[in-house]
Amino acid sequence: MTDLIRLTAAELAAKIQAKDVSAVEVAQAHLDRIGAVDSAVHAFLHVDTERALQAAKAVDEDVAAGRPAASPLAGVPLALKDVLTMQGAPTTCGSKMLEGWNPPYDATVTLKLLQAGVVILGKTNMDEFAMGSSTENSAYGTTHNPWDLDRIPGGSGGGSAAALAAFEAPLAIGTDTGGSIRQPGSVTGTVGVKPTYGTVSRYGLVAFSSSLDQAGPCARTVLDAALLHEVIGGHDPLDSTSIDAPLPPVVAAAREGANGELTGVRVGVVTQFAGDGYQPGVLASFEAAVAQLKELGAEIVEVSCPSFDLALPAYYLIAPSECSSNLARFDAMRYGLRVGDDATRSAEEVMSLTREAGFGPEVKRRIMLGTYALSSGYYDAYYGSAQKVRTLISRDFDAAFGTVDVLISPTTPTTAFRIGERANDPMAMYKADLCTIPSNLAGNAALSVPSGLSDDDGLPVGLQIMSPALQDHRGYRVAAAYEAARNAAQGGPLINRVPELEVAH
Amino acid sequence: MTSTVELMDYDEVIERFNPVLGLEVHVELNTNTKMFCGCPVTFGGEPNTQVCPVCLGLPGALPVLNAIGVESAIRIGLALNCEIAEWCRFARKNYFYPDMPKNFQTSQYDEPIAFNGYLDVTLDDGEIFRVEIERAHMEEDTGKSLHVGGATGRIHGAEHSLLDYNRAGVPLIEIVTKTIEGTGARAPEVARAYVSTLRDLLKALDVSDVRMDQGSLRCDANISLMAKDATEFGTRTETKNVNSLRSVERAVRHEMTRQAAILVEGGTILQETRHFEEASGTTRAGRRKETSEDYRYFPEPDLVPIAPSREWVEELRLTLPELPAQRRKRVQAEWNLTDLELRDLINAGAIDLITETVEAGASPAEARSWWVSYLSQQANNRGVELGELPITPAQVAKVIALVADGSLTNKLAREVVDGVMAGEGEPEDVVEKRGLKVVSDDSALYAAIDEALAAQPDVADKIRDGKVAAAGAIVGAVMKTTKGQADAKRVRELILERCGG
Repeated sequence: MTDLIRLTAAELAAKIQAKDVSAVEVAQAHLDRIGAVDSAVHAFLHVDTERALQAAKAVDEDVAAGRPAASPLAGVPLALKDVLTMQGAPTTCGSKMLEGWNPPYDATVTLKLLQAGVVILGKTNMDEFAMGSSTENSAYGTTHNPWDLDRIPGGSGGGSAAALAAFEAPLAIGTDTGGSIRQPGSVTGTVGVKPTYGTVSRYGLVAFSSSLDQAGPCARTVLDAALLHEVIGGHDPLDSTSIDAPLPPVVAAAREGANGELTGVRVGVVTQFAGDGYQPGVLASFEAAVAQLKELGAEIVEVSCPSFDLALPAYYLIAPSECSSNLARFDAMRYGLRVGDDATRSAEEVMSLTREAGFGPEVKRRIMLGTYALSSGYYDAYYGSAQKVRTLISRDFDAAFGTVDVLISPTTPTTAFRIGERANDPMAMYKADLCTIPSNLAGNAALSVPSGLSDDDGLPVGLQIMSPALQDHRGYRVAAAYEAARNAAQGGPLINRVPELEVAH
Repeated sequence: MTSTVELMDYDEVIERFNPVLGLEVHVELNTNTKMFCGCPVTFGGEPNTQVCPVCLGLPGALPVLNAIGVESAIRIGLALNCEIAEWCRFARKNYFYPDMPKNFQTSQYDEPIAFNGYLDVTLDDGEIFRVEIERAHMEEDTGKSLHVGGATGRIHGAEHSLLDYNRAGVPLIEIVTKTIEGTGARAPEVARAYVSTLRDLLKALDVSDVRMDQGSLRCDANISLMAKDATEFGTRTETKNVNSLRSVERAVRHEMTRQAAILVEGGTILQETRHFEEASGTTRAGRRKETSEDYRYFPEPDLVPIAPSREWVEELRLTLPELPAQRRKRVQAEWNLTDLELRDLINAGAIDLITETVEAGASPAEARSWWVSYLSQQANNRGVELGELPITPAQVAKVIALVADGSLTNKLAREVVDGVMAGEGEPEDVVEKRGLKVVSDDSALYAAIDEALAAQPDVADKIRDGKVAAAGAIVGAVMKTTKGQADAKRVRELILERCGG
């Protein structure tokens, strides 16, 4: 029974279809695991036991009746980041502002998961409104990294990543605005994918920064991520920025890559992402990964993307600007928290008191930054300039992809830091997204795949693989080849080396 | 609280100052659905029944552009002789207000869909005044606040406020003029004529209900004065809540006399919004605008840019109907009107109504007669514009048809028109319900005639003696008993027949 939680999503789906195990058993095993370890990990904000078991039962009925599976992931449990709406469960975005808010509609991603027979176990913890790199900004407590409970699981999607590493779920959904899928994947030894902007619907994803936000799959293997990617991706008429084009063939690419052959693939190493600020153990792991790719037949070239140095400051103008506008709707008038409504105060006063009480410090910091950057007289200097930098970054990517198939870098400069270590140093916290931000600004595809443990602290390191827009399959192919080679060289999947968590009784 | 506002005599205002106008008109489009979601846009629904996650701005919801809204915007732009942008975007206008679900309005900022046009406006004496159009842009309407308690119905002093989001997200086109100079004394008239001409144009395009009373056409009037020797514009005020054509004219005139009185005393005009008070014809101060509000506009990231192809724009140009100005020229020729007659019809706001009545089957002469006499009189009595009367040209045409086929007398027809305007339904319904059909059943008339003859035997004798003129008294009596529903001519014939004539 305990083995069920260690299987991959692909394996679980196959076993369910083969009637080796029921979807209900699978769901129950994961619910039991959540019950046993989540008090220590705190990956979940809400566990939807009853409906998860119902959904699993429906899958079992399909199997029993000989009906074709709703998807290749039918019956597989999943943890949903609490930034996506799902009817019948609260959506809080990790904020007091939305405590107890039950959305009256399903996000497109949620709907696709339900239609695919995926069993949604519950909603996962996150930095408030997806702003942060550690989940310390959640209003509902920090999530702990299963590799070391004193350390952060990354953020904003730390809950989703920790749920995977703690074997509470084989699949999870994250959202990535500046690295919120990839950086948690990196520091928890799991796979995290930010698809090309516009290929996974944002309808029902509570917006942080609309032009950057992108939902994507989180898993413990590259193939599982690809399978989930194909379930949630595709054009959605409810999202105007959704691209009306076929989804890149990511599952096929992951299967092809697993053969371990990368001859003729040109891999560019971004020279900007190394040096000061990078943990030696992270750089060593990265260099080993480069060597491994070379062994697989890839051609390695160094590529300079000079504008990437400007990505972080540009991001911290664009994202806060959009957030200042997106979060304006939280005003106590229609839903969520309401403070100070004592029949003497005006609507404006209630709005102000509610926003003061409902938002945490990081959210307020970004609202203020964005409000300032958009104000007349400063717009050109800040928001306008940042948009120009965005163009420069896209051009650097275009130039690079003119000569290489994919670009690689460490996913994040360091391994998981200690809880509280950067809590009072926003700049240090922001640097966790140094390598991931360029792909958000340019809108192309990028993923993080585990590259082993850092030799200086024994914690997981991630390899970032970036692909051109709508060429997501390239990254999957390289990642799957690398994953297979690394597993073979290091004696099995990295995730098997996560310490046993103490189980609560 | 009420202080007497000094006003300058209007002639003196004109002697000393040049008025400068700028008019902003908001038009609610009559699309089936809202600008960014599938909710209906019908007026008058139960509060908060025409809403969804998108127009309520719920977390996670995203807008999807209404293509018909864009089409209407382009057609309006073309009819206003504007250039149509080859590429433009929506922008977010950020400000907090409880009736705005997202606390930003999705609008257009520096990239309007249509710009640089003009509208030729015919003034009361037939003179054409060209109003330059700065831009026409797309945006969404806000919800509505209803302030309960307090004396004024305004937010100040209210006990609580109710919010209705049915209107939130209804497609709006904002049409902004360039500064209008050179009107002199005719500024109020130009303002009224502009809004009136624009209204007729929008009606002809069939893009809006253009009901000022229901808010589907709203006008904000920016007014400032320049001393005759000045080289720079004076400080302007923006008057809102101008809900009829007549109010546009009154508001401009009032604001000119108010500002002039302040300026000659050495005072300064505050840059502010002012609210027009329908009852007194005055304006009162609203929100101060000395520091212009910072809306922190930026391009709307949830919508993609709009790039109307030139082919599409030209296709839409071909769909433009005969515009009011062209129609007037045609009508003048077809109906053989003198310039003066035409102008009277224009001033009465009757041209389009008559044309539509004719198009619905009535003869031009009858249609004209109804609109310029009886209906104009009714509009005057009610203090509304002719077009605001609750009767349509098609209904008037139907009444005319009923008279023509003898079903109604002219007198009965007026009663039918009254009934329609009282909300009793279509003309046929009113005829039915009020029992207004001409009594053409001779047997019913014979009974009434016999009764009248019996009641006035002396008159009956006179008629029998050949004094046919005496029949008038009997006709009158019969008409009285039949409550006017008989055809007097037929009654007369029957009386003479009865008396052996």
